[in-house]
Amino acid sequence: MSESKVSVKPSRPWRPSPKERAINFALILGSVLASYLLVAVTELKGKLAYFAVFFVALAVLNLVRGVLTRDWMNGRDQFFSIVMLLGMTMVILPTASILYTVFDRGRKGLHAGLLTNDMSLATPSDPITSGGLLHAIIGTFLLVSVALVVSLPIGVLTALYLTEIKGRLTRPIRFLVQAMSGVPSIVAGLFILSAVVYTVTKSYSGLVGSLALTILMIPTIARTAEEVLNLIPNDLREAGVALGGTQWRTVAMVVVPAAKSGLITALILGVARIVGETAPILLLTGGGDAVNLNPTQGAMGSLPFYIWKSFLLGTEESITRGWAGLLVLLVLVLSLFLLARFLGSRRTK
Amino acid sequence: MTFENPDKKEKAMATPSSLASVAANTRKPGTNTLGIGLEARGVHAWFGKHHALSNVSLDFPAGTVTALIGPSGCGKSTFIRTLNRMHEFIPGAAMAGEVLLDGKDIYEPGTDVTKIRLKIGMVFQKPNPFPSMTIGENVLSGLKLAQLKNSNKDELLEECLVRAGLWNEVKDRLNAHGGSLSGGQQQRLCIARALAVNPQVLLMDEPCSALDPGSTLRIEETIKELSETMTIVIVTHNMQQAARVSDFTAFFLADGGPGEMIETAPTSQIFSQPRDQRTENYVTGRFG
Amino acid sequence: MTTLESQAGRIPSPREITTEPRFSDKVFRGVVTAGGLSSLVILGLIAIFLGYQGFEILAKEGISFITTSEWVVEVDSFGAITNTTFGLAAMLVGTILCAIIAVVIAVPISVSAAIFLSFYAPNSLKKVLVSVIDLMAAFPSILFGFWGLFVLMPSAEYWAKLINKYLGFIPIFEVEPRIFTRSPFIAGVVLAIMIIPIVTSISREVFSQTPLDRIQAAYALGATRWNVIRTVALPYARGGIVGGSMLGLGRAMGETVAVYTVLNIVYQINWNVLFGAGGNVASLILLKFGEAQPYEIKALMAAGLVLFMLTLLVNFLADQVITRSGTKGR
Repeated sequence: MSESKVSVKPSRPWRPSPKERAINFALILGSVLASYLLVAVTELKGKLAYFAVFFVALAVLNLVRGVLTRDWMNGRDQFFSIVMLLGMTMVILPTASILYTVFDRGRKGLHAGLLTNDMSLATPSDPITSGGLLHAIIGTFLLVSVALVVSLPIGVLTALYLTEIKGRLTRPIRFLVQAMSGVPSIVAGLFILSAVVYTVTKSYSGLVGSLALTILMIPTIARTAEEVLNLIPNDLREAGVALGGTQWRTVAMVVVPAAKSGLITALILGVARIVGETAPILLLTGGGDAVNLNPTQGAMGSLPFYIWKSFLLGTEESITRGWAGLLVLLVLVLSLFLLARFLGSRRTK
Repeated sequence: MTFENPDKKEKAMATPSSLASVAANTRKPGTNTLGIGLEARGVHAWFGKHHALSNVSLDFPAGTVTALIGPSGCGKSTFIRTLNRMHEFIPGAAMAGEVLLDGKDIYEPGTDVTKIRLKIGMVFQKPNPFPSMTIGENVLSGLKLAQLKNSNKDELLEECLVRAGLWNEVKDRLNAHGGSLSGGQQQRLCIARALAVNPQVLLMDEPCSALDPGSTLRIEETIKELSETMTIVIVTHNMQQAARVSDFTAFFLADGGPGEMIETAPTSQIFSQPRDQRTENYVTGRFG
Repeated sequence: MTTLESQAGRIPSPREITTEPRFSDKVFRGVVTAGGLSSLVILGLIAIFLGYQGFEILAKEGISFITTSEWVVEVDSFGAITNTTFGLAAMLVGTILCAIIAVVIAVPISVSAAIFLSFYAPNSLKKVLVSVIDLMAAFPSILFGFWGLFVLMPSAEYWAKLINKYLGFIPIFEVEPRIFTRSPFIAGVVLAIMIIPIVTSISREVFSQTPLDRIQAAYALGATRWNVIRTVALPYARGGIVGGSMLGLGRAMGETVAVYTVLNIVYQINWNVLFGAGGNVASLILLKFGEAQPYEIKALMAAGLVLFMLTLLVNFLADQVITRSGTKGR
């Protein structure tokens, strides 16, 4: 051991050598050149042409490189690696475009009173600086809170059934949860309309909107919570039962606390799923322009409704308001997502 | 069996030191040249920051069987995986040193690693036939993967299965799925699969550890027959197995630090008069 | 006693092990089971209530509710309904058409992205990209809708013209009159972008489950990375990818606002995917809901029921495909 201390450095000879990196870079450069050249010389034009020519050139150049330096097999391998890269790029591009668009256009709709005023005194063609989306934020907060209170226990109980009881119904219930996550949001809205609004409340309110959101939220919570509970090692459960605890006490005092931060992640992902949900909100909440703190009565504004209404009004000011609303919604979703990520990464440590 | 070799009995009785020359003389015509074998020069291996293997230099003369023995975690599996560049699939892996095949470093930048693995085949601890393929397809899968041309597939199929000692058991059901075989048969199928691309060297990473004694015996016979036409390196936990099949034995040990090779010698010598006390302790069963 | 009996050559019958759970456990199991059954109850209630509300229309229209494509409510000058015809055919065709376009576009992109993530991307890059895809899955549909309308539409219109120019001889790519905006194709592209994260993450998951020993076996036989993907990973993942694509299909069929914003809803069956006319059951419901009288709302309920059943069916098939591919000798 001591004689091996003669400064042997770990190396990774399988990584691309500087020469190979240089060739890679040259091929990318060549493809960029090819795209500019072909767009300039031929009839091809537009962003699509640059994009297509670049990837075709890159794939072909890599194919040729592989065939020349090694053999046909290697060339094909190189070619397909570019094809897969193309797929990845086509997934990332729309995301980047969406983020850029929303931040770029939404920025223009931001103003000091955005978060402190509502729209009760502003008309669509008023300047951007009048009005705001206080009512929408409060409405969304109330809608989500009520939905959360209802769906969290149901979702977690479903997950507990799937992981702790494991009865005969486990498989069918897992399928039903899956099927429920596929229920179109508009159908959830229609269902609450027919089952609650027409039979009981007879009017729009925030509460019925929340009920529709509940239907959409339960499967997300149930599935994420199931994944989290499945990660809890069985030893813990056996240890609890072997100590003479009942199953109930074991679950309540060992399993659920062990999964706590994971369950919070499930909850946050559930919120992210419904916070921007639009279709049932349009059917059920009535969408007021003024702050309404009572979910059980009266029209309730919300971010998705505000955005929808602003875009549909179609004046220049209202469309800018719509983008600003989308920006606020996106920031909300982003923060929820990052929070879930943060808690999730803490859990795995 | 078509590969019954008249020299076989003689070879089994020959002293280990003379084996290399015997094997070289009994090379079958028509098979690939044995080359000058495989040499490891100062090989180190790391997993992330963990130094798993330190400074191993070992020669594998052509046509010999070398057994790598040692307690668990001594780096012998890591070492065998550096010999055909399977080591690099582990995230964070790194290495140092050289592995020479016919005098050429297989880690040389610009080396086509797929060609290296064609020349240095590998059989794994757990039998891993491709389950979606039939027995016949499994044997020939290497040709398909590397897109090698072979005019007479049926002949090759039979030859490989015969050499792996499986032909008589499966010749009537070549179209059955690989998963329908027993564990020992599956492992021999994997050996046949590795043989089909005609490697110079065959690496075997504890090929019998998941098998029952009967299957183990069949595979050991196969190894002995194969050693006439190729270089074999076998990792084993079973010292009797090392004694039975190998010409040379290398003893590995990790004594708190990275794994090292303590001693290498002709097999009979390792088991009868090891130079190092630690080797003696291990082979006499005092630890490990 | 039992040992004596078995020594005497008689094999004892297995003892029945019974546990009488404590009261608290009985309550616990009852409550959890009730919670577990909630999904069944909710799905059942959805079918019952939509069926109850839509029954009148379904009974009156019969099979023509899904085979004809007229949606007419005639009222006299007092606002009383004189004549109604409700047919969903155009909307159903449109729903399926848009969803299929979405899947056709999304699946190759998603699968290659999943392959890139599983086999090519270095670990650090992989983590970032997976986060981006998960984030994309959390984007609300209204965001896709208005981005599609304002940003994607001009580009997609240009792509549609290109397709029409070079492939226009194929009947489904005909456009007459030449209206390229708000077509099923554009709706399909928006839906494709929406379902890409779902299909990508499911595909990535099945790729990551490909048994390592099989991958190693292939590499040890001298296979290139692409060989391994083609001969080991893709056959293994096929079932999961098909199932994931069908989940994406189901999601695309049920989408409301994103389609509503980019599609021109027209009550006639249109198979010309590039032509600016199409339909979607969910968007129809949203479109008609604002102005509908109680009677027409019943028709919308019936339409909702049809959509619900359709998505349920697709989800069921997806589940079957995924389970079956899971048990078959992968």
